Amino acid sequence: MLFAYILRRMVWAVPLLFAVSLIAFALISAPPGDYITSFAATLSQSGDIVDQARLDALRERYGLDQPFIVQYFQWITGVVQGDFGISFEWQQPVGQLIWERMALSVTLALSTLVFTWAVALPIGIYSAVRKYSIGDYIFTTIGFIGLATPNFLFALVLMYVAVAYFGADVSGLFSQQYQDAPWSFAKLVDLAKHIWIPVVILGTSATASLVRVMRANLLDELHRPYVTTARAKGLSEWRLILKYPVRIAINPFVSTIGWAFPQLISGAVITAFVLSLPTAGPLMLQALLAQDMYLAGAFILLLCCLSVVGMLVSDILLAVIDPRIRFR
Amino acid sequence: MTAEIDPRASSQSPEDFASQWRLIWFAFRRHRLAMTGVVIVLLFYFVGAFAEILAPYDPNSASSKDIYHPPQMVHFIDYDDDNGWSFGPYVVAMNAERDPFTLQTTYTESPDEKIYLDFFAKGQPYELWGIIPMERHFLTTEDPNQRFFLIGADRLGRDMLSRTIYGTRISMSIGLIGVSMSLLLGLILGGISGYWGGRVDMLIQRVVELVISLPTIPIWLGLSAALPQDWSPITRYFAITIILSLVAWTELARVVRGRFLALRTEDFVTAARLDGCRPRRVIFRHIMPSLVSHIIASVSLAVPVMIIAETSLSFLGLGLTPPTISWGVLLKEAQNVRTMSQAPWLFAPGAAVCIAVLALNFLGDGLRDAADPYAQDNN
Repeated sequence: MLFAYILRRMVWAVPLLFAVSLIAFALISAPPGDYITSFAATLSQSGDIVDQARLDALRERYGLDQPFIVQYFQWITGVVQGDFGISFEWQQPVGQLIWERMALSVTLALSTLVFTWAVALPIGIYSAVRKYSIGDYIFTTIGFIGLATPNFLFALVLMYVAVAYFGADVSGLFSQQYQDAPWSFAKLVDLAKHIWIPVVILGTSATASLVRVMRANLLDELHRPYVTTARAKGLSEWRLILKYPVRIAINPFVSTIGWAFPQLISGAVITAFVLSLPTAGPLMLQALLAQDMYLAGAFILLLCCLSVVGMLVSDILLAVIDPRIRFR
Repeated sequence: MTAEIDPRASSQSPEDFASQWRLIWFAFRRHRLAMTGVVIVLLFYFVGAFAEILAPYDPNSASSKDIYHPPQMVHFIDYDDDNGWSFGPYVVAMNAERDPFTLQTTYTESPDEKIYLDFFAKGQPYELWGIIPMERHFLTTEDPNQRFFLIGADRLGRDMLSRTIYGTRISMSIGLIGVSMSLLLGLILGGISGYWGGRVDMLIQRVVELVISLPTIPIWLGLSAALPQDWSPITRYFAITIILSLVAWTELARVVRGRFLALRTEDFVTAARLDGCRPRRVIFRHIMPSLVSHIIASVSLAVPVMIIAETSLSFLGLGLTPPTISWGVLLKEAQNVRTMSQAPWLFAPGAAVCIAVLALNFLGDGLRDAADPYAQDNN
């Protein structure tokens, strides 16, 4: 039964991924003109002679004169085989440019998710069990402020505070000496030292909404008869709460991977730009502005796929822990 | 005919014979945070509506001798030398000094020099809403040749307060217009989906799922990068609004569909259908009224999302662009650490974003609780 559900869900992801790739390609071919036009503009700006024949040759080489569907088909067959095309701006295969950045993006998103859970779960339980206590009010207030602050603003303020009061630079993911160094244990430690700042910035709003969900759900459960029964039987309070109501209230936590993941990836683009992190966001932004279509397309496609996969994982996890879903 | 009085009807509490709207209002009024939210939100829209009057200066008038002028405090009571006092708001003038080596400008107060302010004094002429010519500002200097900066000036010596006030107009309105557009989309598609069900519902739900599973910011960035650069500010404004609402309608569509599905099987809807009402009448006359309160609540929660989205896009330089002034456009100026440590008051629009979003969230939460007939009454 569970297996059938997982299979069904995975089969459904295929047309979804197809649609996503179509959207990604439509987005990158939407701007009027193409890279060659902006390339020609740069050339003539710097005083070079623009050779029309050379432009046409370039256009033909990259297949930019073909109709949309043909271009899409060429692109997607390449992508399936692992070839994302060529970045016009960097004059390098896109594949060489993106993977390290994508890996860092995924690391960032996953660490943020773990942080969010680790913080939201205890606070949510505390807020529900000690409803209207001072602690509850403090967490609720912080949560509201966290929800209302755009990620990039939070990042800016944090950077300002760090520079103005501590004289520290909090941007980037690595110290200078590790920036171009090959991967080693020391570099990993260095990453861990830097990553918590973007993690906190990204995780705050998701944590805030998770705490609210957890608190509301647990409040609904705490007055159920089974809780009273368990209490009457003499179970210790904390064990009782953790064992029964929390288990039911925790469902939305799992389903949040579904919506939190796209949100984290989204939010990471801007935060990464502000903190100049070596993740996918800033390079994608640059590529979009320069009309470097294959590079931008690869990032959009991969980020979208990442959220589709996140959604898939959350649905499967949810089915595993909650039998009501897989039998529907 | 003897009138039999129902004993339940005899109690005189106003809640017993109030309409649904009055009930919502009663519940809402008790929600203190939500009431505060309403006041603040109305204030923001008021500021946006009368930006020209409230702003001391034209937001684009630059002044080369006031670059990064720090904020000044308004003093309301003016003491003169022989201990007498009078009411007269003023600010203490600041003089710029340039360090000959670092070329950095520092401002120092010169306590003897007072710049007097006046309410509704004549200042730079302007046209209210682009039509009514006026020249009085809510608070400006008595001497039109002097300038004052309540929250500082930017890199061209433009008054940040005026710019933030004008930004309020664009940022707050983009939230409203964007939400109305996504409401329209959400109502139509969610309504169709929930009312007819079956295959249409299936199709629309798949589209909704697709849109929800996409990370919004890359999509928004891609779409806005696709806008031609040579569009006029107003065209760009509407294009950005449409882009924002293209992604934001799904949540509303889901709410509407859910309510439609629930209401479709209600007795009163079946009765209307059996009476021969056509779908349009069933939808607008019978189903819609019980949907409205939910929709209003979701709308008020969608506005802050829009505002944050616009701010983020403009901040990255892909949303609105100068000469349009929005909070995001203003925050773009505060992008690097050097500027920030030199002129932290460039964050002011950010504070405006936070307060507006917070107030809208409180308002939306209160509305949602008040509109829910099954909400437990905590009082």
